[in-house]
Amino acid sequence: MTNENKRQVVIPGEVIVNGDDYLPGEGTERTDKGIVALRFGLAEEFNKLIKVIPLSGTYQPRRGNVIIGKVEMITSNGWVTDIGAPENAFLPLMEVPRFVNKNGMEEVLDIGDMVAAKIWSINRRGIDLSIKSHGLGRIDEGIIIEINPNKVPRVIGKEGSMIKIIKNKTGCDITVGQNGFIWIKGDKVEDEIFAKKAINFVVEKSYLSGLTEEIEKWFVKNEGKE
Amino acid sequence: MATKNFKRIDGRAVDEMRQISAKVGIIPNADGSAMWKQGDTIAIAAVYGPKKMHPQHQQDPTTGQLRCNYTLGSFSVAERARPGKNRRSREIDKIIEWALSPVLQIERFVNNVIDVHIHIIQADAGTRCAGINAAALALAHAGIPMKKMVCSVAAGKLDKTLVMDLTKEEEDYKDGEGSTDIPITMTQDGEITHIQLDGKINSKELKEVIEMTKKAGKEIYEIQKKALKEVTE
Repeated sequence: MTNENKRQVVIPGEVIVNGDDYLPGEGTERTDKGIVALRFGLAEEFNKLIKVIPLSGTYQPRRGNVIIGKVEMITSNGWVTDIGAPENAFLPLMEVPRFVNKNGMEEVLDIGDMVAAKIWSINRRGIDLSIKSHGLGRIDEGIIIEINPNKVPRVIGKEGSMIKIIKNKTGCDITVGQNGFIWIKGDKVEDEIFAKKAINFVVEKSYLSGLTEEIEKWFVKNEGKE
Repeated sequence: MATKNFKRIDGRAVDEMRQISAKVGIIPNADGSAMWKQGDTIAIAAVYGPKKMHPQHQQDPTTGQLRCNYTLGSFSVAERARPGKNRRSREIDKIIEWALSPVLQIERFVNNVIDVHIHIIQADAGTRCAGINAAALALAHAGIPMKKMVCSVAAGKLDKTLVMDLTKEEEDYKDGEGSTDIPITMTQDGEITHIQLDGKINSKELKEVIEMTKKAGKEIYEIQKKALKEVTE
């Protein structure tokens, strides 16, 4: 199988390619039969490296991911946030780039606030977050929508091509969290709802190839109706 | 052996299974879900997780854990079954856990648990096998790393004839040596992860029945493969 850029759906235990010409990547394993998938997903070959891209399942946090979480609890030295992963993540006081009065931590982030953050480290004790980069911090305006975390790569597109189109066409500022939460901020609510519709279109048609052309067609068709 | 001219009650061939259909992604709220229908037996399975183990004292920092929950709908059998857990369902919980865990790569989900809920909405024998098949599909759909798929089928012996996939009517067969029920779970390559035996059989016949199951397992694997490839969400 596997011509250049050819993708196929594989199930656990399915042999993707035979022989020793390829290297096993993420979600695959080399056995005496060839390279075998370890999980359900799309098998992709790139530079003789075979990997399986998940199509379903829960969000698995990685270091460096930008995520959007919800503050669940305030402790003496930070905030516990729910990021939709098996574990809650912790945002330490030290990772907030401003002075925080320890008696007024709810002024920075209160329980129930949404926060855009970056996963700074994952270790034995849990997941640590940071908001020390540009564009991160408490979310005060705009809307937040939730999609399947496995569809996030399609919404972003190759090198951000897809999200760039949606941003340009709707005039909204969009932050896509790797955990499936998307923050849309525009001048008008109508713009935000339009961006939401565009993203939902991408999620629905995520199985199509050449999706960036499709979204451009979609915008041509729907722009007037806004 | 009197295999050739043996007539089964529903007219199937001795090595023929009931009509099977499978569907993946039937429960939107679950992380993975599947339905397995084999004749009049219908099982649905939902997978939640990996998620943090609760209660906390059951957390295992060396490995993840699998927790199965098998329930038989009170309306699923001819005479109303008392709802809730009983001795039989607790036993089947463990059986299903043991049948699935050899193929799951669960070690990396430390402190976490994967919950598998299996519900039988219509029962006509072979419910644990249908449950295991549905659970395997649901686990794959939930993106849990697995070395292989598992296929499960209830083989059996009616009097002196080896048959596949017993129905309830056949399970109650009384003539001659009566009925023997042998649920077997194996990977697609024929490695057995679970085998049970209820009745009488000699070792030669047991070997023969395992060979028959391998053939049936391949058919089941193809159905699972097809179901996963046309997953709808």
